[in-house]
Amino acid sequence: MNPNTVKESDLHAYVDGALPDTEREAIARRLADLPDEAQRVRDYLEQKQAISDLYGATLDEPIPDRLRALSSPPRLPDSTALPHGHPGLLTRWSLQRIAAGILIAILGGAAGWIAHGQYPPAERIAAAVPLPRQAAIAHAVYSPDVRRPVEVSGEQEEQLVTWLSKRIGTPVKPPKLGKLGYELVGGRLLPGNIGPVAQFMYQDGTGQRLTLFVSTENTANQETAFRFAQEGAVNVFYWIDGKFGYALSATIDKGELARLATAVYEQIEGK
Amino acid sequence: MDSHAILAEIPRLRRYARALLGDRAAADDLVQDTLERAWSRIDQWRAGSDLRAWLFGIMHNLRVDQLRRAPPPTRPVEEGDCDLPTRPTQTDGLELKDLESALNRLPDEQREVVLLVALEDMAYADIAAMLGIPAGTVMSRLARGRERLRQIMAGLTDTPASRLRVVK
Repeated sequence: MNPNTVKESDLHAYVDGALPDTEREAIARRLADLPDEAQRVRDYLEQKQAISDLYGATLDEPIPDRLRALSSPPRLPDSTALPHGHPGLLTRWSLQRIAAGILIAILGGAAGWIAHGQYPPAERIAAAVPLPRQAAIAHAVYSPDVRRPVEVSGEQEEQLVTWLSKRIGTPVKPPKLGKLGYELVGGRLLPGNIGPVAQFMYQDGTGQRLTLFVSTENTANQETAFRFAQEGAVNVFYWIDGKFGYALSATIDKGELARLATAVYEQIEGK
Repeated sequence: MDSHAILAEIPRLRRYARALLGDRAAADDLVQDTLERAWSRIDQWRAGSDLRAWLFGIMHNLRVDQLRRAPPPTRPVEEGDCDLPTRPTQTDGLELKDLESALNRLPDEQREVVLLVALEDMAYADIAAMLGIPAGTVMSRLARGRERLRQIMAGLTDTPASRLRVVK
């Protein structure tokens, strides 16, 4: 070993008094010629003492009752540890636990049953957040925005189409709903479950807004007929076509929305 | 198993948990969980072995479980693969001046080893066995932790707080 250095591990062992006497003395001698290492040793010793001082008072604090009680075997939940008087009897506490367990099972089952009806298998596989929910949230977030409802306005429709098609990686085009009283306001790019998705927004003469959500994230590759979902105040008609998922959202009544959805569907599928 | 023996270990468990978590209530919760788990596994306790090491080991495992559960998901940083990122320190002159804060800035696994050595004077080999890591890893965590702590403390004392001004 180079007599002019001290191994890092020896330095710490020296600080912690973990070395046999002869080695400890040898290192002490070497440190006399190594001012930097000697300083570090002093710093580490000081640090160690400071930590010990900092938390030392904790040792003298009275032990809280809840911890003191645990110095003896807890009587529960281990029924084998019960004293002889209560061989395996169900205590009130364990009954409560069983009741809670049953309640959780019932609630879980109910939630599962409801979710089963709400989200058919294709969507559950296809998306972490189901399409109608994504669409409804996007609608609820952007449609009330008076000044900046879209990123690119419908007046620049060509740019909008080029940009969104490029970003989501496949040609998309907003359907024309003028005959039904809705004009294109514009569109925006949104984060989907795994990548970009597009939203087109329409508005009628009264300011009523409608959004078409276009996702290309469907991997289940299953075609579906129209489906209807209601998320809060937002009604959503949606359908899956290959990798595409379309969802039309608005806070208008179901019948009116169905009429619009049919028109959108025909334009998109008939192209 | 002797209740007196366990009772005698509680102050040390509390002290270590307190230093590790930096929070009194959370520390006592961890001690409580540790004792409960110890009792539930009392059949794994071998009479005559080191009770303290056994309890500290249980506490360590609980702590690891806690950290695993804690969001967001994290990946342990391998020793030496990069300098560990530190949070911004611009306001430290105002907020953090003491040893406790400096300790809290150490990565968990370094703080653990530094504390076990400083508070418990635990032998390196015992720490290695308790944490289930090689002795060399104990040594490198100790060395890094101590040096980092030293630099943090030196940085704090060398950096004049006057460089920072509270702007209203």
